[in-house]
Amino acid sequence: MAYTFQFRDVFAQQDAIVDGLVLTLELSVGTILLGFAIGILVAAVLVYGKPWARRIAGGYVEVIRNTPLIVQLFLIFFGLPSLGLKLDVITASVIALTINLGAYTAEIVRAGFESIPKSQIEAGISLGLTGPQVFRHVILLPALKNVYPSLTSQFVLMMLATSVVSQISAAELFHAGSIIQSRTFRDFEVYTVLAILYLGLSLLMRAGFSVCFRIFFRRS
Amino acid sequence: MIREVSSVDLLYLVAAMRWTIFLTFLALSGGGAIGLLVAACGASKRAVLHYLARGYVSFVQGIPLLVWLFIFYFGLSILGYNLPPWIAATIGFSVYAGAFLGEIWRGALISIPKTQWEAGLSIGLTYVEQLRYVIIPQAVRVAIPPTVGFMVQLIKNTSLAAVIGFVELTREGQLTTAATFQPFTVYLIVAALYFSLCYPLTRYSRTLERQRRVAR
Repeated sequence: MAYTFQFRDVFAQQDAIVDGLVLTLELSVGTILLGFAIGILVAAVLVYGKPWARRIAGGYVEVIRNTPLIVQLFLIFFGLPSLGLKLDVITASVIALTINLGAYTAEIVRAGFESIPKSQIEAGISLGLTGPQVFRHVILLPALKNVYPSLTSQFVLMMLATSVVSQISAAELFHAGSIIQSRTFRDFEVYTVLAILYLGLSLLMRAGFSVCFRIFFRRS
Repeated sequence: MIREVSSVDLLYLVAAMRWTIFLTFLALSGGGAIGLLVAACGASKRAVLHYLARGYVSFVQGIPLLVWLFIFYFGLSILGYNLPPWIAATIGFSVYAGAFLGEIWRGALISIPKTQWEAGLSIGLTYVEQLRYVIIPQAVRVAIPPTVGFMVQLIKNTSLAAVIGFVELTREGQLTTAATFQPFTVYLIVAALYFSLCYPLTRYSRTLERQRRVAR
């Protein structure tokens, strides 16, 4: 192989990489918090809601889970302006990622809710807990504990999926990589560096989530 | 020249679905071969094989698919192979699918009770023979519903091949948008076409899962 790897050109552009990394982190944290909230809400509707509400929530989950993220993103960023709703890149990215993650989270949390036996809920009521108390202590926390591994894997996958918003030129990590590639023509080196950074992020997230598990679910 | 979205465009989009299906099929074949190896090693008691397989899975799953596609698209060209996008995409998707399928199938393998392995061992079968004649026939029933579920993921993820210039459904949508400048209509059609591919599979996967639970 007559190829000399030259990482120096890539590292010379470290400012762009750091900026991209920061935006990737911001997008991930924002999307995970919002998507998690939507997911819990939708899952609650799916399991405990009225039939008409259930149907709407179910439709949302099915439509999102059966179409690609990139098409959802294009529809929101390129499509909505023709209906008169023009969003900036970051807003469109957050909306698309959140709607996407919300549907996946809802499906996971729904499985968690369904894993809680009815007798456990009745036990909570008979102890005199109020409705919100039952939901929080008897349903939500044990349910989240049961689905914790799939839930956190989904969050890590979502962090990786933020790379897709580079396609509407949100200046996150992958986009920073593309810019550096077009400046330096060091394709392979750029994408190797990106791969290592993303891998580091996902390992850090996994480690963080397992620490969180011990903090939140130690007592139960 | 800007024109309206016409039935011809719709026809082109529907026709582009065949490349989405084609790429999914290639990725499933390549990924299936890798996945089988990863699952067999992952379920193995040999520590080296086990950790190699587990390492492969977390390595591949820790890097975005988009990065994998670019690594194979550009990476193989510096080795002197100037690959057309569809081959780079096939390799990228196979590596990616291999990790996920390997993980799904490993789960299916280890769900088979240990006594089944021991029964195989006691009649003198080797590890590969135990897998082939005792474990895999039982594990397949466990593995099929999540595998069909993963196919849905794969179909959707082939949309990312558009980024390296492979003309499948999403790329065709971009091209149509460029000609008609009606992104909302075009991407709505594209989304509907993906849905028509994925939703039946999602339903099928769920039915299989229910049947399996009843059978137990």
